[in-house]
Amino acid sequence: MLVGVYGSNEGLENTPDSPNGTLLPPPKARAGELYVKKHIAKFGLPVIPIHRAVLSTRQDHVNFPKRLHPNNAKAQRILAEAMQARAACFWATDCGRGCSIKANYQSTTVHLPPALATGNLDILCNAHAREVTVGSDGKANGVIYIDKVTGQERAVKGRAVILAASSGETARILLNSKSNRFPSGVANSSGLVGKYIMDTVGASLGGSVPAFENLPVHNEEGAGTHVYIPWWLYKEASKLGFARGYHIEFGTGRRMPSLGTGGASPGYGKSYKEEVRQKYGAGIGFAGRGEMIPNKDSFCELDPTVKDKWGISVLRFNWKWSDHELKQAAHMQQTFHMIIEAIGGKPGNVSRTKEEAIASPGAIIHEVGGGIMGPDQRTSVTNQWNQCWDVPNLLLNDGSAFCSNADKNPTLTIMALAWRASDHLIEEMRKGNI
Amino acid sequence: MDRRQAIKWLGAAVAAAAVTESVLGAPKEPGALSIEGSGKIIGTDPVLNKQYVAGELWSLTLTPTQRIAAIALIDLILPPDDPANDKLASQLGVQDFIDEWISAPYVNCAADKPVITEGLDWIDAESAKRFQKKFTELAEVQKCQIADDICGKTPVKKEFKAYQNFFGRFRSLAAGGYYTTPQGMKDVGYVGNRPTLNFDGPTPEALKHLGLA
Ligand SMILES: Cc1cc2nc3c(=O)[nH]c(=O)nc-3n(C[C@H](O)[C@H](O)[C@H](O)COP(=O)(O)OP(=O)(O)OC[C@H]3O[C@@H](n4cnc5c(N)ncnc54)[C@H](O)[C@@H]3O)c2cc1C
Ligand code: SF4
Repeated sequence: MLVGVYGSNEGLENTPDSPNGTLLPPPKARAGELYVKKHIAKFGLPVIPIHRAVLSTRQDHVNFPKRLHPNNAKAQRILAEAMQARAACFWATDCGRGCSIKANYQSTTVHLPPALATGNLDILCNAHAREVTVGSDGKANGVIYIDKVTGQERAVKGRAVILAASSGETARILLNSKSNRFPSGVANSSGLVGKYIMDTVGASLGGSVPAFENLPVHNEEGAGTHVYIPWWLYKEASKLGFARGYHIEFGTGRRMPSLGTGGASPGYGKSYKEEVRQKYGAGIGFAGRGEMIPNKDSFCELDPTVKDKWGISVLRFNWKWSDHELKQAAHMQQTFHMIIEAIGGKPGNVSRTKEEAIASPGAIIHEVGGGIMGPDQRTSVTNQWNQCWDVPNLLLNDGSAFCSNADKNPTLTIMALAWRASDHLIEEMRKGNI
Repeated sequence: MDRRQAIKWLGAAVAAAAVTESVLGAPKEPGALSIEGSGKIIGTDPVLNKQYVAGELWSLTLTPTQRIAAIALIDLILPPDDPANDKLASQLGVQDFIDEWISAPYVNCAADKPVITEGLDWIDAESAKRFQKKFTELAEVQKCQIADDICGKTPVKKEFKAYQNFFGRFRSLAAGGYYTTPQGMKDVGYVGNRPTLNFDGPTPEALKHLGLA
């Protein structure tokens, strides 16, 4: 409701439904997407609307604010205005370059304006946080930052400190926050800050599909992905040789021509242009996005020598995939190959080894972990409310608290957990616990 | 003055300083400028509200002679569908795009640079050898004779193998430049990039084409 996510409830066990009335209607599937759906049904592969933070229709600015902020007239008014400032998608672009009409969710266009309108938010630009400070009572009491314009060191104070600098930087700030009480970094009594970092398991394969050639002209732009293939083999998990699973995103369609358009056709002149026209939109690309299980050998730590331009230690990384991830990536490519053949297409080459099939660590840019959530102080960094065990008024509200990196792309989950943690923080402050 | 107000003023002062700096003509250029020497591959973002002119970020490559050969080859590869109403690909500036591309310091661009310049030199030399003229001065059939030898549609003879890659890269860049213009998009049948109220999904004709109707 707050963000505006389209999608559908399919009642699939591994793809939980959203509460009634919260999802916006999903856009129709594209021609090629329907074609894939028809031809892979026999393998038991479902093709269903994806959940995507794009307004397919405008938000219900009359009812949503009331449900989101009951008994708070001011918040309702501000939120209603913010919702009215957002237009629905106009189905024109590839959706990857920001959205000036605010149909596509971005925190900068969707959350910050209403938050500023409350008068309760100050944004300090060009402030590079270096460390969290801790008072003599053991509570976090502020942040020291570098003013990047002047290079000067500054400080802000607060009753609670929330880090959400993206998981790597959050770990870095924690590790750099050394004091007598926390000689190896604040909130790090477990020694687990920076440990168990994860990315998403990724692999891809493309192909060309003769059936898509010379498709009658029509618009296929707008809002990127419309449908996807959720993980479908969870009932056969024990036979796969790897734990966990992945979902498949795929792209087809008559999208905006780019540098690659026409690249593959031979010859020149009229016949060349004819073939470019015929082949345009006849490509297909599949990408798997799968769960990575945290492991001891994937971690970051402060580099003993390298510092950034402000003299602050940077991170260095260690990484190791387990066989689960490697086998999963190989399985992805075999599946894509099977699908492309099933639709009569010509698949690209499958990688020779599973190590080659998997995208490099970090390449999927879904970095999480490094401050994992868990049941106790010895084996985790935060509790179930994203509060650091050692310092309860210090919260990690980004992906650092993830203790596994499920196949779902992380952002909506990061946001949901941050919301939940913030509600809990307010409650604790009201009770006087923080 | 309370803290919130002070911060607001501070912010305004910083913003004002940034505006004056750019108005006074001292905008920060993207780091790409310094890439060539520093061995770095990726620079910082360009200044997004500034329109750069060709040659401003990095010096251009093509000599006047190479440029003329490039124009002739572009128009051979991408003839207008509708000669009465369409522009020539060169009139749309495809050669400017290619020059910009091969002049950029990024890895792929830098790798294309010698391929394109040597290829353009070769095509003029080959024209002189065969017809005692420059490529641009040749009749269409003569241009085709040379292009046929290197375009890869039929098996390429050993002596021309070295220039097959040139033709392929040149065609790919020319097509990339051309099909990203409004005319090129029309040619290929791209009808996106126009606001519409609804996403209608595939037309009945498209569904029929795929056996889905
Ligand atoms: C190209 C790309 C595509 C992606 N696509 C998807 C997708 O389709 N679906 C999906 O779910 N996820 C996607 N992701 C991942 C997603 O963007 C991240 O998971 C998400 O943004 C993380 O949110 P965050 O708030 O933790 O961190 P961020 O969004 O990275 O925000 C961190 C903020 O902290 C600031 N900051 C960092 N360090 C400091 C410091 N020292 N001092 C002060 N401020 C600091 C940064 O400037 C930034 O504003 C994508 C990522 C990328 C890069
Ligand atoms: S396609 Fe994406 S960028 Fe374009 S209007 Fe829709 S949401 Fe915005």
